[in-house]
Amino acid sequence: MNNITAIWEANKAIASFAIMGLILLFVGMNQSWALALGIFNMSLISAIMALGVNIQWGYAGLFNVGIMGFAALGGVSVVLIAQQPVTEAIDVGGMKMFLSLIIGAVTVITGVVLNRRGVNKWLTASVVIIGYLITRYYFSEAAELIEKVDPAITGYLGGFGIPVAFSWIVGGLAAAGAAWWIGKITLGLRTDYLAIATLGISEIILYVIKNEDWFVRGLKNVYGLPRPVPYEVDMQQSEWFQNIIAWLHKSELQLLTQSEQIDQLGDYVREAAVVFVKLCYSGLFIAILGAFIILSNLALNSPWGRKVRAIRDNEVAASAMGKNIKRQHLQIFVIGSAIVGVAGALLVTYDGIFIPTAYQPLRFTFLIWVMVILGGSGNNLGSVLGAFIIWFIWIQAGPMGLWVVEMLGNNMQEGSAFLEFIEDRVHYLRLVFMGTILLLIMRFSPGGILPEKNKEL
Amino acid sequence: MSDSIDIINAFALLTNFVILPALSYGSQLALGALAVTLVYSILRFSNFAQGDSMAFGTMLVILISGYMISKGWTITGFPTAILAIPLALVGMSIYLLLMDRLVYRHYRGIKIKQSIVGITASIGVMFITGGIVRFFLGASAQRFGDGERFIFSVREFKAFTGLQQGIALKTSQFLTITLAILLVAFLFYFLQKTKTGKAMRAYSDNKELALLSGIDPDKVVRITWLLVALFTTIAGTLYGLDKGFAPQQYHLLLLPIFASVIVGGIGSPIGAIAGAFLVAFSEIFLTYAYKKFLIYLLPLSMHPNSLVQLIGTEYKYAISFVILIIVLLIKPTGLFKGKVIVDE
Repeated sequence: MNNITAIWEANKAIASFAIMGLILLFVGMNQSWALALGIFNMSLISAIMALGVNIQWGYAGLFNVGIMGFAALGGVSVVLIAQQPVTEAIDVGGMKMFLSLIIGAVTVITGVVLNRRGVNKWLTASVVIIGYLITRYYFSEAAELIEKVDPAITGYLGGFGIPVAFSWIVGGLAAAGAAWWIGKITLGLRTDYLAIATLGISEIILYVIKNEDWFVRGLKNVYGLPRPVPYEVDMQQSEWFQNIIAWLHKSELQLLTQSEQIDQLGDYVREAAVVFVKLCYSGLFIAILGAFIILSNLALNSPWGRKVRAIRDNEVAASAMGKNIKRQHLQIFVIGSAIVGVAGALLVTYDGIFIPTAYQPLRFTFLIWVMVILGGSGNNLGSVLGAFIIWFIWIQAGPMGLWVVEMLGNNMQEGSAFLEFIEDRVHYLRLVFMGTILLLIMRFSPGGILPEKNKEL
Repeated sequence: MSDSIDIINAFALLTNFVILPALSYGSQLALGALAVTLVYSILRFSNFAQGDSMAFGTMLVILISGYMISKGWTITGFPTAILAIPLALVGMSIYLLLMDRLVYRHYRGIKIKQSIVGITASIGVMFITGGIVRFFLGASAQRFGDGERFIFSVREFKAFTGLQQGIALKTSQFLTITLAILLVAFLFYFLQKTKTGKAMRAYSDNKELALLSGIDPDKVVRITWLLVALFTTIAGTLYGLDKGFAPQQYHLLLLPIFASVIVGGIGSPIGAIAGAFLVAFSEIFLTYAYKKFLIYLLPLSMHPNSLVQLIGTEYKYAISFVILIIVLLIKPTGLFKGKVIVDE
């Protein structure tokens, strides 16, 4: 028995990933390959996000409750980079909007400079207020003009029409910028302040996205974002793809008549196109995730990583050794948020649409937290594993909950009010379930499934 | 129409649409902020579950008052919810004590950064609580106030004073302000005069010294949760009577509540109250459209065409956030020196 435990301990990471892989294969064979690959791809994106949070929480003990906001910034950047510009809207209101934003920026800078120079506070305040009013005047006029341009289809400025891959970098930069600003203000104060400030900034980012229609269409959503991979329809029509599928299913097709063969082949091609596109995404996400894991593991084992861990484990001692704790924390916070931003951009690229209402704190902030803590905070592979497990549970918990209800329902009258009530509400129990997982791990296995290796004892 | 009447009308307008709503919203925030401050002073962490706990308390009130209404146990003039509060309070106390027993108590016994583990644990509790509330009541908004809506309505006020602009006092506003004054008075009496209250303050000031002088820590924690249950349930119910009940709305109350606590100074009860009113008044003053107000005050030639609204209503939560940021930049200890600014 001891032997088995020892082997398990030694190969825990490989074994856990193998089990997760088998479960996904099982889903693929029993439910559908498209579903299994869908779960797989979303797990990969979640894993990148969890990696970013792990850098903040696991490496440095920084508490980010605003993951949703940073992910949303990544999503916005996809729209702003990849969509085609709406020339009509730019002609009508672009200049005015640009002007108002410039005035706004000048106002903020003047305010900061005057404040630093120690100029009379009232003077500074009145300069800022007047600047704000001018900005707001031009701004609302420009916003109104832009939103009037064909509101059912556009009604916003559009993007730059650059290949979508650039948006991943821009998304990371945008999230990093927001993180820098928040971190600059709150790091060095109490830990709670960072938590509360990140909660605030993420809600505000979402309010801006939802309400400023001229920006990314607000609640009207943005559809049809460009893709980095081929479209299913194009795949179905390309000859080489059809030939490959026909070759793969040669033995089954031979048994059928001519007309049946064509129908059957069509079905196979349609199915295969969906799977093929998903596989393209998988390859892309695996490459990005792999790069992030390699980079962060290298960083963690470098002198920089030792410094970071030293600060986390004993701030006072590290500070006495001359390490600048605030600067270090700021650096880590920015890097972690940038990775979350990249993941947010990847997510919207994968979905192909930008839906502001999809950003729920539960789905983003909280779920990612559970992933990091379940997998093992401080361990990069742990975060990836946590992402796979939690995303799988998240997707399958709904059907499983309904299944349990239906099993119970067999003993009850069909369509009883009670049963309907439960069926309607059962998905809210996912919140309870996830909360319980988080609390149980924190209490009974604080290291998670794959605990950090070089944690000081 | 002479000029002086216009000034009176202008201020009647302001009272009706700004001052009264801000006073009651401020009172609701203050009660919530006091609960956060209590948890912070005694248990030493920021309770992220506060907003959802308020929703939980309100849920109990809604369920119990629904039962009461179906039985016909109502009082004329006031919402049945008021009758349901004592029972809901019992339920809320049990829930919070249970959570403390199952979740928080373990971490008090071990040497660990209480602030961080407390936040993580309370976020877990927040989602469990939010899930339970949504399971029973759904996620959509609902109203549960019955009885008279107004203590006096706009029409009654106009008939009484002969003014153009009326002031209405909603039952929920009246209840909020009265109950808030009573509760705050009770809290201060309790903390200053009773033995248990003094023990709590001693525990909050210096834990080791308090333990040495024979204060029972378990009792202090228990009393704290009971007080939190009291403030949370009533704050939640009053907010719901005033603005309707929606779980997401309660969840987001976390932001103004934390802003109030930090503006006032973490751990200071007076600060929490002052902070709450500051946040509430800024929120409503900045999002109010002053067009009508200015029409009363300015000569015809200067009448505004636009709404004269400083910030759109949809950004009201941004205001608490901006206040929070300004305070952190200028005076991180808050207006009424909170106890700690760095981690213990």
